[in-house]
Amino acid sequence: MKNKPKNWAWAYMFLAPSVILICILNLWPILQTLWFSLNDIQGFQPPKWAGLGNYITVLGNEEFAGAFKNTVVYTLVTVPAGVFLSLVTAVLLNTSIRCKGFFRICYFLPVISAPAAVAMVWRWLYNSEFGIINFLLSKLGIDGLNWIGDSKTVLLSVMIVGIWAMVGYNMVILLAGLQNIPRTFYEAAEIDGASGYKKFMYITVPLVSPTLFFVILTTTISSLQVFDHIYMMVDSTNPALKSAQSLVYLFYKYTFVQYDKGIGSAFASLLLGLVLILTCIQMYAQKKWVIYQ
Amino acid sequence: MKKKQHITRILIYIVLLSGAVVMVFPFIWSVLTSFKNLSESLQFPPRFLPQSWSPVNYKDVWEQLPFVDFFINTVLMVLLRIIFAVLFSSMAAYAFARMQFPLKNLLFILVLMPMMVPAQIFVLPQYLFASKIQITNTVMALVLPGMASTFGIFLLRQFFMGVPDELEEAAILDGCNPGQIFVKIMLPLVKPGIVSLSIFTALFAYKDLLWPLIVNTSIEKMPLSSGLAMLQGQFTTNYPQLMAGAVVAIIPMAVLFLVFQKQFVEGIATTGSKN
Repeated sequence: MKNKPKNWAWAYMFLAPSVILICILNLWPILQTLWFSLNDIQGFQPPKWAGLGNYITVLGNEEFAGAFKNTVVYTLVTVPAGVFLSLVTAVLLNTSIRCKGFFRICYFLPVISAPAAVAMVWRWLYNSEFGIINFLLSKLGIDGLNWIGDSKTVLLSVMIVGIWAMVGYNMVILLAGLQNIPRTFYEAAEIDGASGYKKFMYITVPLVSPTLFFVILTTTISSLQVFDHIYMMVDSTNPALKSAQSLVYLFYKYTFVQYDKGIGSAFASLLLGLVLILTCIQMYAQKKWVIYQ
Repeated sequence: MKKKQHITRILIYIVLLSGAVVMVFPFIWSVLTSFKNLSESLQFPPRFLPQSWSPVNYKDVWEQLPFVDFFINTVLMVLLRIIFAVLFSSMAAYAFARMQFPLKNLLFILVLMPMMVPAQIFVLPQYLFASKIQITNTVMALVLPGMASTFGIFLLRQFFMGVPDELEEAAILDGCNPGQIFVKIMLPLVKPGIVSLSIFTALFAYKDLLWPLIVNTSIEKMPLSSGLAMLQGQFTTNYPQLMAGAVVAIIPMAVLFLVFQKQFVEGIATTGSKN
């Protein structure tokens, strides 16, 4: 009934706007960026074939090595820490406590705030002379840090904000996953005398693992693309910028500040490679730990 | 046993409450700072509450930057992105979920491919395209990358697949064509999906910084996100004014969230469980 050729026309009509737009805005641009990355394009001059020249320049560039390291460290720290805190919060909110709505609002506030505003607020908290964080540290007898100005702490400062901003979002997704676990599982475990820890490890984690996998995968991909907080928190004149700039930051700088489209596109293409590799690894690894019912 | 449970509950409250303080305190502190004057904000040790609660910083940032334009641009961008995303994705999602046609799988793979790719890959070509059709520094430029939503197609397809076949068969017997079935029967049934997609679209459009920064460089054409970056460029060290700007930018979404809290939370939650 549904597979009549008469209906094919309808199907194509339904698809046409999305397919045309996706071709123009997404698929063709992938090819364009890959093509640009193989050419030397300075400013508005016509492209000149460069082969792998841009990649050789980028990979041999000290700045790239630093940005690559910063991005990887950022991802390796914020993803486990952020997902762990989200899971703990979600598990605690899934118990029979009161004021759930209140807590949910609190944890979700960072999620609905524009990153530009969030970064400005945190710059003020981090301020080395008048910031409240250093004031609170001084109350504990700890010397204040030059958070954003020091190359040793600048990445840490950005990572803290990154974790702070993601917990609420992942918590909501994980909480929905937890709420799908039937109560009877826990009741059965309690009859068998299982402790809280055992219930968590043998019931909660396996049953929430598909959601957990989704959260880890999406958080990894977005962490690899960190840009907003760095751009807003670390000025281009800040000497510590080198210790915080990410791959996307350099992509932005080369493509839209220095108008070196070839190099910028090489950055974007390398990022694509990195994301695809990590996604493949995670897709493979999930078979070992994610349990689909 | 009872006593142990009691202690556990208290511990849970303490952990959740300290987390909540960490989440909310930065906002409270920025609101308090925004009502202080400059010298008061630079006192050390800091005073918690402002001496006189003066709204002068709000007046100053409002006069320094075209916040009215920022708001109008943001609202138009968000609304247009929602309209395009919901309209086009629901149509495509319906076709993928409930119709058979040649090349279906190939088209589905093509449509989903952009989801695997970091958005930066698209940015330069999209910018060149926007320049070519001469829409840079317009609201349409802000809307452009969100017009087709691969995520929306994926999300709504799950909802359409959940609709029982009988409803569609009954409509066909009644002589409805696929267009009528889609508008009259299917769309109302996937309303929760449409609400989710709208919230998701609004949130991401409002938070996006890179694209507006690139495509709209005249200040009166900026949305709140990149407009706020200009504020930081102008008053690098006047924190009370910066905080006033940040608060002004946060409030509209915060109000929307408080009003539509349930939809926000459910909307975000479904993006995780429907994958």
